This record gives sequence, structure tokens and C-alpha cells, in this order.
Amino acid sequence: MSWILVNPILIPLVTAVLAYLFRTSPAGRWISVAGTVVLLFASLIMMGEVLEHGVIAGQMSNWQAPFGITLVADYLGGVMVVITAITAMATVIYTLAEIPERLERLGFHALLQVLVAAVCGAFLTGDLFNLYVWFEVMLISSFGLLVLGGSKEQLDGGIKYVTLNLVSTIMFLSGIGLLYGITGTLNMADLHLAVREVENTGLLTTIAVMFMVAFGVKAALFPLFFWLPASYHTPPVAVSAIFAGLLTKVGVYALIRSFTLIFDQDVAFTHTILLWLAVATMVTGVLGAAAMNDFRRILSFHIISQIGYMVLGLALFTPLGLVGAVFYLVHHIIVKANLFFVAGVAKRIGGSTDLSRLGGLYAHAPVLAFLFLIPAFSLAGFPPLSGFWAKYVVVKAALDLEMWFVAGVSLAVGLLTIYSMTKIWGAAFWPKHPDGIKPRLGDLPAGERVALMAPIVGLAVLTCIIGLFPEPFVHFAETSAEQLLDPTAYVTTVLGVQP
Amino acid sequence: MQSLILTTATRLLVALLLVFSIYALLRGHNLPGGGFIGGLIGATGFILYVIATSVSDARSALRADPANIAMLGVGIAAFSGIMGAFAGDAFLTGQWLFLFAAEGEKGLPLSSVLVFDVGVYLAVFGGILTLVFAMEEEI
Repeated sequence: MSWILVNPILIPLVTAVLAYLFRTSPAGRWISVAGTVVLLFASLIMMGEVLEHGVIAGQMSNWQAPFGITLVADYLGGVMVVITAITAMATVIYTLAEIPERLERLGFHALLQVLVAAVCGAFLTGDLFNLYVWFEVMLISSFGLLVLGGSKEQLDGGIKYVTLNLVSTIMFLSGIGLLYGITGTLNMADLHLAVREVENTGLLTTIAVMFMVAFGVKAALFPLFFWLPASYHTPPVAVSAIFAGLLTKVGVYALIRSFTLIFDQDVAFTHTILLWLAVATMVTGVLGAAAMNDFRRILSFHIISQIGYMVLGLALFTPLGLVGAVFYLVHHIIVKANLFFVAGVAKRIGGSTDLSRLGGLYAHAPVLAFLFLIPAFSLAGFPPLSGFWAKYVVVKAALDLEMWFVAGVSLAVGLLTIYSMTKIWGAAFWPKHPDGIKPRLGDLPAGERVALMAPIVGLAVLTCIIGLFPEPFVHFAETSAEQLLDPTAYVTTVLGVQP
Repeated sequence: MQSLILTTATRLLVALLLVFSIYALLRGHNLPGGGFIGGLIGATGFILYVIATSVSDARSALRADPANIAMLGVGIAAFSGIMGAFAGDAFLTGQWLFLFAAEGEKGLPLSSVLVFDVGVYLAVFGGILTLVFAMEEEI
């Protein structure tokens, strides 16, 4: 069992080593592509096991839990790894047409693969300290990707990114230290049992808030999101896309995991904070996006606003709320990465991501315009696309609890999302290009056209499939919400005993 | 910086530090020490060399690109983990080989744990030197 769980971490790591050693030849980038294909297969095999057994766990180096490092995959962890593999594959294919040889020689593909390994590791680990290690690996590799090539703008964004994330790291590490001090364990399944024995519940709530701050920075929650819009528009588009798809979601995943498995004894306090943070995050994100005038900056602010919906689902802490959170998580990774890919193609053929310097995409590249509409409408929550179901479930969960205000705000935010999508449409797609350029897809070399468009088409098809046939996906999300709210199976599988 | 005292002392110290780093690496098997601290000590030797001479001298003394060394280290560490698969064990499980073992005599125990430590040593050593060389060259 344990090898099935290690593969999603080991494969990108080995790919990174090989891609780095071959970084000066074209072989390097093909190794990177092959690595992500193998990763996708490995993650699907793992998912198959999860579907069969519910929760699977493996003890690394044969040290039994709670002493050794445990890797666990339940429904949520498993689906996150699969979606990571899909995003990684799409990104690497996209880089074939976007990343110049200069960056490849500096080890671009190795950094990207290490990032993927770290993200998979964070989704699979069953140990808090191990999670911290994966966060660090993620931070280092993403910082490398942000500043690789070293333009002034990139360094500016990179420094803000790394400084604010280091604050989160310190909070996280202090929280881990305190938690270990009062419980004597860091294995998450063991913690689930150990926190019930703790007498000093006040300290436990304090620790819970420290974790909330730490993961809140990572997830770009209000008011800790400043690093995100400051850095996401600077690196190459492929890098923005994988960051937008995966990095903040690791924070959200960590929030969901820790606030269902470990910190569920003072729900009235912690989850109420989460609720209002989620509402504030939705509103500030969407207002920030409305004020921006650059394709990628608008999209960056929308990440923040959408994070609000996911955390809202967690904060409601009902089965339906968590179904919404899980569904939203998966839907958003696909859609957001896709929108960044579209922004990259628009920049390539139109010459800019600044909306005032773009135009004519609808007249000259109608295919791209159509492919923009699918993820854009999905993001805004139009039926029958995936975003509709995600929003519907979250809003329904809020209405069931008779939280009219919260439900109203999330609907209004959806409306404002449409506003900024129309803004992009109205500036980049509809009018003539201000410089008289005719942005045609046909002007790109055939190979590059395939590498740029294939990921966009693939992800758009996924959005449509989830939107048109939501039944199995909702059912899947229901099972994972059940697992989250009642972690007995998780704990038993990890510890091997009945609690 | 040119200083006769430093350059003369460095010749001696670099060799000592490198030997000590290997000692720390091997000692880590059963006592405090290990790949991480060994790699740091080894990197200190070359950092001292950079201060006493120059980055280009240190690069030619090292012969290999430090970033390659680091990635090789990661590869070796990953490989030592995979060694568990050959025996049907979990990832990173220690695999032991007792050379010249006899009745009541353990012989010379060799293990994949040491291979992992060597990987960590190279990863830390190469990683630190990549950073230091890059920073010194910027200045």
C-alpha cells in the first residue's frame, strides 16, 4: 500500500533530478512532460485504491504511527493529488511554447517538478511537522520560480511573497511547538484523539487561531492576502497558472484538514471567525478585481474572492457546506489555471496583458474567445458549468442554516464576478486593438499553437463534464464530507486500532 | 580580500574541515552528526576558500557545478528510499548488509541509511555552495 502513496511524491522528485541533469538539452523538457504523464497515471491508480477502501495509509520506513511519518489518502487527499497531476501536466505542456531556453538552462523544469512533489506531499502527509516541511519545500521552489530570470518586477513581487509567507511559516512552526507541548504527538490522526484529553482548552483555542493565521496567509484569506496580487502577475504565465491553481488551495486544504480533524472542539468560536473572514475575503477580493485593469491582476484578485467561498463552506461546518467546499476546491483549480492560460495566449498574440492595450480577440481569434467564455462563465457560476454547482451547494448550505446575510453576500459577489469578466470581455475581446494589431492564433507556429491550446481545451472540457454530469462528482464530494466530519475511518486506518 | 595569514591558514583549514565533515557524516550513523551537519561543515570549508581567494578559484577547486551536486544528492537520497522496494518493504525502510558476518559476530554492517545520509550531505553541501557562490559573484 505504501508505494502507491509514495509514488505521487517520488515521481516528480526523480523527474526533477533528471530534468536538472539534462537541463541544457531539449531532453530536459521532454523528461518533464513524461514525468507528469507518469504522475497522472500513478495518482489515478492511487485514487482507484481510495475508491475501493475509503481511506488508505502507509507507514514510511516501517515506523508505526504515531512515531513514524504516515502518508494517508482519503477521498479529499486523493482527489487533490489527481487534480494536481492534471494541472501539472497542463502546465508543463504549456511551458513547451512559453518558457525560453534561457530559463530552462537555469533549471526551470526541476523547480517546477519539486513544487509539484511538495504539493502532492502536503496533500498526502498525515503528520503536522511533515506538512510544515512540504510547505517549506513549496515556498523555496515557488520563490525560485517567481524570481527565475531575475527581472526587477519579478524580484519585487518575489520579496513580498517570501517575506509574508515566512511570517506564516513562523506562526505555523510556533503552533506546532505548542501543540506538541500539550499533546505530545504530531500525527494528525493521533492528535484527533489527543486533543480530547487536553484540559487547558483555552490554550488549545489559541493554538487553533495560530494555525488559522498561518494557513490563512497561505490560502490568501482576508486580511492576509496582500502577497498574492503583489506577485502573481510577474512570472511567466505558466508559473502564474500553476500558482493560481495549486498554491492557495494547499492553504485551503490545510485549513479544511486541521479544522475538521484536529480543532473541532470549539466550533462556535473558531468557525465563526472563519465565517466572517470568508465573507470579508469574498467581498474584498471581488472589489479588488473590479478596480484592476490588467488581465492577470483581475484574475489574481478573483482567486482571493473564490477562496472565500471555499472557506465559507468549511466555516458553515455542515455536511452540505463541506460538500460545497470540496466541490469548489476541485472546480476552482481547473477553472483558474485555465483562465491564466487564456491570459497567456492573449498576451502572446495581442502583445500585452494590460486591458487598455488589448483588443480584437473576438474578431480575429474566435476560438480563443469561446474558450475564454467557458471558464469565465464557470467562475461566475453560470449553469450548466462546474462553477454553478459549486456556488449552488455553498449558498444552499448557508440558506439551510438561515444565514440570509451570508447567502446574500455570496450571491452579490457572484454578480460582481460577472462584472469583471464582462470587463475583460469588453476590453480585450470586443473592440479593435488600439495598435491596429490583428491577434490571430493562426500566426503562431503550429507546434506552439498545439502546446498552448491543448491545455486550455482539455481543462475547458473538464469544466463542461463536471457541469453537465455533476452527479458522480457531487456524490464523491458527499462521501469526502462525511469522511471529514466523522474521521473515525481516517483515525483507524492510520493508527491501526479502534479509537 | 588578500591576506597572507588567511590564505596560508586556509590551505590547512580547508583540508581539515573537509575531513571533519566526512567524520561527522559517518559518525551520524549512531551518534550525533549526520548528513545535514556534515554537509554544512563541508560547505564551510569551501566558503572559507572563497573568502581567502575568489569564487572562480573555488569553482575550479570544486570541479563540479554545486547545483549539480545538490541535485545528485536529492537523487541519491530518493534512490536509497527506493532500495526498500527491492526487499518488499515500505519507502525509506533501512536495508542492511552485514559483511563478513559470522556466528555471534555482526561483521561490518552496511545500510541504505548511510546512502540516504550521503544524499543529504551532497544536497546540503551543493545547495549551500550554489547560494554562496551566486551571492559572492553578485557582489
